[in-house]
Amino acid sequence: MDAQIQVRNASKVFSSNGSEITALQDINLDIHSGQFVCLLGPSGCGKSTLLNAIAGFSPPSSGTVKVDGKVVQSPGADRGMVFQEYALFPWMTVGENVGFGLEIKKTPKARIKEKVDMLLSKLRLQDFRDRFPKDLSGGMQQRVAIARVLALDSPILLMDEPFGALDSLTRRNLQDELLRVWTEYGKTIIFVTHSIEESVYLADRTIVMTYRPGTIKKDFSITLPRQRDPAAPEFNELKKELAGLVIEEQRRYNQSDTWAHALN
Amino acid sequence: MKIYPIKTLERLRGAIVPASVIAVWQALSSQGYINPQILPAPTAVVARWLDYLRPMEAYNAAGSGFMAWLFSGELVRDAYSSLYRVVAGFLIGAGLALPLGLLMGANDKFYKLCDPLVQVLRPIPPIAYIPLAILWFGLGNPPAVFLISIGAFFPVLLNTISGVRNVDGIYIRAARNLGAGQATLFVRVILPAATPYILTGARIGIGTAFIVVIVSEMIAVNNGLGFRILEAREFLWSDKIIAGMFTIGLLGLGIDTGINSLNRYLLKWHRGMDH
Ligand SMILES: Nc1ncnc2c1ncn2[C@@H]1O[C@H](COP(=O)(O)OP(=O)(O)OP(=O)(O)O)[C@@H](O)[C@H]1O
Ligand SMILES: [Mg+2]
Repeated sequence: MDAQIQVRNASKVFSSNGSEITALQDINLDIHSGQFVCLLGPSGCGKSTLLNAIAGFSPPSSGTVKVDGKVVQSPGADRGMVFQEYALFPWMTVGENVGFGLEIKKTPKARIKEKVDMLLSKLRLQDFRDRFPKDLSGGMQQRVAIARVLALDSPILLMDEPFGALDSLTRRNLQDELLRVWTEYGKTIIFVTHSIEESVYLADRTIVMTYRPGTIKKDFSITLPRQRDPAAPEFNELKKELAGLVIEEQRRYNQSDTWAHALN
Repeated sequence: MKIYPIKTLERLRGAIVPASVIAVWQALSSQGYINPQILPAPTAVVARWLDYLRPMEAYNAAGSGFMAWLFSGELVRDAYSSLYRVVAGFLIGAGLALPLGLLMGANDKFYKLCDPLVQVLRPIPPIAYIPLAILWFGLGNPPAVFLISIGAFFPVLLNTISGVRNVDGIYIRAARNLGAGQATLFVRVILPAATPYILTGARIGIGTAFIVVIVSEMIAVNNGLGFRILEAREFLWSDKIIAGMFTIGLLGLGIDTGINSLNRYLLKWHRGMDH
């Protein structure tokens, strides 16, 4: 069977102020339906760039991204995205935010309400339906953002460091919530993180990226049985192994010219 | 000890400075330190203000009704005329500026086309249009409303443009990801995101309209608060001048309070709007 997401020889070059940055170089990647894939790497290695290419916000400079056999050219509701900054619409209530995707699809009002209520109670937000995002904590806002993409019923979820700004307890909570949703709905998830722990906890497969140019350094299968125990020795073995790879790239990041500029 | 609600205490504290200013002013006047031709006593101003407010004819039960009579005083009619001009001018100016600003903000080509003209016209104060306004519209309400609409137009236009251009890209990406087309994106995302800017523009616009109405009434019409204080000057009625100015202040305060509550209602979702 063909992979659901196929990235072929994808490169992305940004040019700013005359200089060129190769954010992605020759990426080849096959992701099968139902997989939970983490993209791992130091800041600036091109994780968001790759995710944005798959989402259709910013196509690769060369090469292709195909989803279900079709070349991705624009964003679409089949690839729901959860942003690091939550990106809730502050002028809509929690319920309106969650229902917005359905409203765009011209779903009947009664059906929207039913589905919004269902999702909000699934994410334990039912008491906040008529509140505005400003009244919610970061963790709650991110749960709303997750409910908002779940409402789309998109087969693919793209998540760009969604839990990066949260404290570790809230973070673990949401990770478990996400895993529940993933098992229940059988979605394909591509999850960007720079936490090694998070990727070992969540992923079937972790892709470690290199820093400048962004390439795939290693494609790592994680077969630990779920519910994973972060205290287990196998878990820590894997963490150590991944850490070795990431730290190599982190060093290159530290030595890079951006870093030098920042210090001057 | 009796405990007063905080609100009452705050209001009382707010009254301290105005009350002392008036007390000093009154004391100086009644001691004869100030020439009443130059600055009349507060009591004289209040008496004149009440006089100005009072209906001009005695109540006649056979006439057009009690309310009509009650509001037939010169002050009420002047305030009404001025307010009418402000509202009409503001609605015309803002009503033209809003769609134009939305278009200029959303469409880069159109922006580049119109922006040079806007930049040239913008620094011209509305007052500078007075000769042209009289030449084009003669005397009466039309030139006044024209001047006021110019005063309201530019603040609303410029703020609307920057509101639309400053919409955080993350909202647009989120909406497009949810499948929003251009029309939905505009109505449900760009417009609400730009609302705080648009309302700021409206607020500045109505402030300008209020300044322009007074000036244009001094030139083009023979009623309204601006006309009345200029007329009072010709008779050297300084108490009436001050009574008129006081009315202008009250009206401005009323408009500002109205805009504020509109703001709070439309921006109840906005951070930093809870107070
Ligand atoms: N719009 C852009 N214009 C120019 N350069 C860009 C642009 N977007 C990204 N880059 C560059 O491409 C590289 C990859 O950026 P990207 O945002 O994908 O990194 P990232 O791995 O997501 O990092 P982080 O973990 O900090 O989010 C960076 O070096 C960045 O400077
Ligand atoms: Mg990123």
